[in-house]
This record gives sequence, C-alpha cells and structure tokens, in this order.
Amino acid sequence: MYQYDEFDADFVQERAVQFGRQVEDRLAGKITEEQFRPLRLMNGLYLQLHAYMLRINVPYGCLNSTQMRKLAHIARVFDKGYGHLTTRQNMQFNWIKLSDMPAILLELASVEMHGIQSSGNCIRNITADEYAGSAADEIEDPRVYCEILRQWSSLHPEFSFLPRKFKIAVSGSDRDRAVIKAHDIGLRLHKNEAGEAGFEVFVGGGLGRTPFIGKSIRDFLPTQHVLSYCEAILRVYNQLGRRDNKYKARIKILVHEMGADVFGEKVEKEWAEIRETALELADSETARIRGFFAPPAHEKLDDDDSDLAGDPAFATWVEQQTAGHKKPGYTIVNVSCSPVGKPPGDISAAQMDGFADLADTYNFGEMRVTHNQNLVLTDVRKKDLLPLWQKLVTLGLATPNHGLISDTICCPGLDYCALANARSIPLAEKLSERFADQQKQKDIGEIYLNMSGCINACGHHHIGNIGIVGVDKKNSELYQLMLGGSAEEDASLGKILGRGFDEDGIVDAVECVINTYIELREAGEKFIETYRRVGPDPFKEKVYSAPA
Amino acid sequence: MHQVVIANRLTDGIVVFLGREPEWLEGLENCQPAQDAAQAEALLARGAAAEAEQFVVGPELIEVELREGVWVPVKMREAMRSRGPSVRSDLGKQAEN
Ligand code: SF4
Repeated sequence: MYQYDEFDADFVQERAVQFGRQVEDRLAGKITEEQFRPLRLMNGLYLQLHAYMLRINVPYGCLNSTQMRKLAHIARVFDKGYGHLTTRQNMQFNWIKLSDMPAILLELASVEMHGIQSSGNCIRNITADEYAGSAADEIEDPRVYCEILRQWSSLHPEFSFLPRKFKIAVSGSDRDRAVIKAHDIGLRLHKNEAGEAGFEVFVGGGLGRTPFIGKSIRDFLPTQHVLSYCEAILRVYNQLGRRDNKYKARIKILVHEMGADVFGEKVEKEWAEIRETALELADSETARIRGFFAPPAHEKLDDDDSDLAGDPAFATWVEQQTAGHKKPGYTIVNVSCSPVGKPPGDISAAQMDGFADLADTYNFGEMRVTHNQNLVLTDVRKKDLLPLWQKLVTLGLATPNHGLISDTICCPGLDYCALANARSIPLAEKLSERFADQQKQKDIGEIYLNMSGCINACGHHHIGNIGIVGVDKKNSELYQLMLGGSAEEDASLGKILGRGFDEDGIVDAVECVINTYIELREAGEKFIETYRRVGPDPFKEKVYSAPA
Repeated sequence: MHQVVIANRLTDGIVVFLGREPEWLEGLENCQPAQDAAQAEALLARGAAAEAEQFVVGPELIEVELREGVWVPVKMREAMRSRGPSVRSDLGKQAEN
C-alpha cells in the first residue's frame, strides 16, 4: 500500500488543524453558513436530512487494518456505532457532530486518512478494480497508476474548480470490475501487439440525470503519458464544459454534444503541447510508486482445493465468494456486507474491528472496499479459508451472495440523503428477503440489482441488470423499473420498462421479471443475456398483465 | 394551514422544530404550530434570528397536520426528518418510535 511521505503527512495534518479552526470560527459565529459550506464540503462534511455526514476517502478502495480500526473507533466514539460503504469505495458516517469534527480529522490524519476532495467540483476519489494486484486475469496492477493520478489530482490548482465533479476509474484486467465506462475518464490497461502495457481511454461516461456510456477516444496510450493525457482531457473540459447550467456541466454532456471524435481531436491537440513536459512519467518514478504495491510475501504453495468441501455451508460460501488468484494456493475472498434484510454496505464498529483482525491474520493486514459496497481480502491462503469463514460467520459477514440477486447496490436514499425522492434501503431489505432462499438465488444465477433514491444514480441503477429508481409522485414514493443495464466490458444502460410501482408493487414486479427470465432462458444463459436476446417485450407483458 | 419551523441544530445537525412555545424541540409531540400567516411569519423570524445566533442552520416553514392526535409534517421528506430513518430501528430516535 502507498505510505505517506513527510510532505503528505504534514499536509493532511495541517488541513485537519485548519479545518478545526474553521469549525471553531463557525461555532463562534465568526463565519456564516454560506461561508462555511464550501469549506466543510471540501473536507467531506455534508449536512444531510438528520445530521452531518462525513465522507472519508479510501483511495482506490485500499485500506489497512490500522485504518479500519480507526474507522471503527470513529464509529463507536463519534457516531452511532456503524459506518456505510459507498459506491465510490469510500466510508460514510451518518451521525457526526460538527463540534467533533476537529478531533475526528486529527484521528484520521494519524492513519493517513481524510475527506479532502470527497465533495465539490474537483477530481474525486479515484476508483479501481477491487482485485487489483491479485486477480488471475490481471495485465498490470492499476493501483500504481491510481496512486500517480491521486497525487497529481490532489489540490491540482487548475482543476480545483471544474465545471462539475470529476470521477476517474482504472481497470487492469480483461474483466471490468471498476465500471470504467460509467466514469468521466475510464482507463483500461491492456497490452499492444509489441507486448507493452498501455491504456485504452474512455471519456464522457456517467450516470445521474443524463446517463451515458463512455466513448473510447484512444486505443492505446503508453503508460508514461497517463498524466499528460488526463491533463489534456481535463483542460479541454475545464475550458469548454458548461458552467451556466449545473445539469449540463459534466464532461459527458460536452462529449455528447461535441461528438467523441471532435472531443478526442481537441484532446490530442492539447496533448501534443504538453506530452513532453514534466508530466511524462519517468520510469524511476513509476518504479518508486510500484514499489509501494509490491506483492506481499506469498508462500510457495500447491494449488490444493481438497480442504474446501466438507461442511455444505462452507462449501457454498467458498463457491460463491472466492475468485481466482495469480498465485497457486491463494484466493481472493469477497466478503458480503449485504446480509439478507439489512442495509447494504452498513458495517458496525465491532465488524470493522473483527475484520481488521482477520485481515491481519489472513491477508497481510490489508483489505479492499468495493463499489458494490462490500469488502475483499485479496491474498488468502486456500488452506485458511475454513477458519476465516468460521470467523466471518461469527461477525455476520459470511452471507454467500456475491453476484447474486440479494447482493444489491443501494444508495442511502430518503432515509438519510437530503437530495432523495424516495427510500431505497428498505426496498433493498425487502428484495433480499424475497429472494433469500440460497437455492433460488443460485438458480437465478449472476445478476446485478441496483437501486437509487433519485435520478442522481449514486446506486448505479442505470447499469444494474435490473435497476430501480425512486421518484416523488405527488408526495408518495414511486419506483421505476429498468432492465438491461450492465456495468462490465459490455456496458449498457437499462431502459425503463413502463409505469412505476409503489413499494410492495416493485418487489412483486422484480419477482415477476425474474420468473419471466427463468421461463425464457436457454441453458446456461445469464439474465442479461436472456434480456438481450428477447428484449423488453416479454417482460413488459408479464409485469403489466398482473393485476395492479 | 398549520406550520412549524424546521431546521438542523448547528453543533450536531440534529433536526429541531420551532412552534409557538419558547424552545426549539427535537420532536413535534409538544410543538404548537402557527395557525395563520402572521403567526407563521413570526415563527420564521424567530428561526432566522436563531440562525443568526448560530443555533440552527436552514430554518424553513413546513406544513404539519394532525394525525391521530399527533402533529406530523405533510411532506414525505419532512416526515422522514421528524421520525428519523425508517431503517436501523435498533438505533436513534427511530428506535423510540
Ligand atoms: S441517488 Fe439520490 S438519493 Fe441516492 S444518495 Fe444519490 S443523491 Fe441521494
């Protein structure tokens, strides 16, 4: 993992002290809310429906056990004993007191954490494949470039007041686990014919009110140019992106209106001016950063799966939650934070502490947060899976639903969020209860069910195979159903099926969609494949022929 | 139309209500809403004064109605603010509902 140098540590400490003083000024009435608001947002502090919410950056989802214990401490001492994992691989606390913020930021700074740039019209937390460094299908470790981009984008003077917020994601594998095509910039590491690593560059992806899938503007960008090329994209956007209308200010609108080809030409022109400047990465600098992500001290092991049967519950969990690792005898473990009937992504202080212990014992002291609001251990010895599972069971973190229908993505919605139109968490709870039966879930197979409490789409509803978005219709909650979205290499946006439903109605409608899929599917076909083959009509017919 | 002022308390962000009684309250149970425009205007002026004194943030008038003998906000969003989240019923004021 990256470790702060003296400069980083001093800077974060200074910012904590500075914000502490700003809080004191606010509480003493020396500055108004209007003056204070941008300052608190710059430090990740929002005022939500019920209280202040603090968003803490988890750079590209990487956490160590000391940091996790600190988050547990904050949850316990300053919040109500739990935190919430977000779709930007961050951690949010929902019940923070303003008067506690100076102390909290100092606590965070002591473990190299902060909330800087987790809000505002700047470059936000850069996200990455949660299996980075360990995935069997990995071409190169994306964290190296995430860290280089993080350092470049932190307090970048030219890009601190962009037309709107800006999100970058990096994937280093064939399989896109980082949703790169739904980002302002998506970077896909791959190799050219000469066997050199480089990026395919996507721009203008994004969800929200006007969703777009990112467009490729460059097939192959040698890795040493990643900063200059991103700088060129940001410059074109900063200059031409709309500042007159907040709803048209994201880069996706610019790319859409201008056309990806024209946008790409402008970027290339800008890039030609700056590519051979200090932004070109020296091999020595890339190697220095790569050094922080050196693989842990893996043992030489046989790839022996013989211990993985036995207890059926354990075998089910192994089958569902583990993924292929580069090294023989090791595996990646997905840890579900979406237990049946509970808010997806919520994690208690006790679970955080317990999980930190497990990371120390079984995973070289590190862990990942995923955009699916779950956790991952990336380097577990297969022979440790049984004791790990037993301890996860004790912690309530052993739900075997990775990639299944009850493993939903769900934003905070109207239960917490000041922008929401409708609740989403209770819906996620009900849906996971409706499909709780493990056999039924297995039979349905791989499927992604995403929901948001408003069109801002923090719950990624457009790219769920099944997406749900809440709207406010005459002061009551109404849910629209979308089908056909995908977050992966073949990214696509879901389409609204028809009229919306109330809370119970939407749960029934989802069940009807699933039953229709089961009737229509061909052998081995996933939900998204069946949907793409048959289109929306058979689903529409079934869902809307049921009595209202 | 019955109205109260809703706001977040500055120090901790907790939702508070102002009716015709002198204090800000954390719930609507004992809140006496304004019953006409003049009373509502007076409440809002008190809300603005409390904001100027750094006690609350974002005071605004909301409509409330009597349901089963209890004042509740008419709008869904404000009803949520008055009750607390509908989830995590083990915690916070929603646990008391
Ligand atoms: S999608 Fe809407 S309701 Fe959900 S967290 Fe984002 S802004 Fe809030």
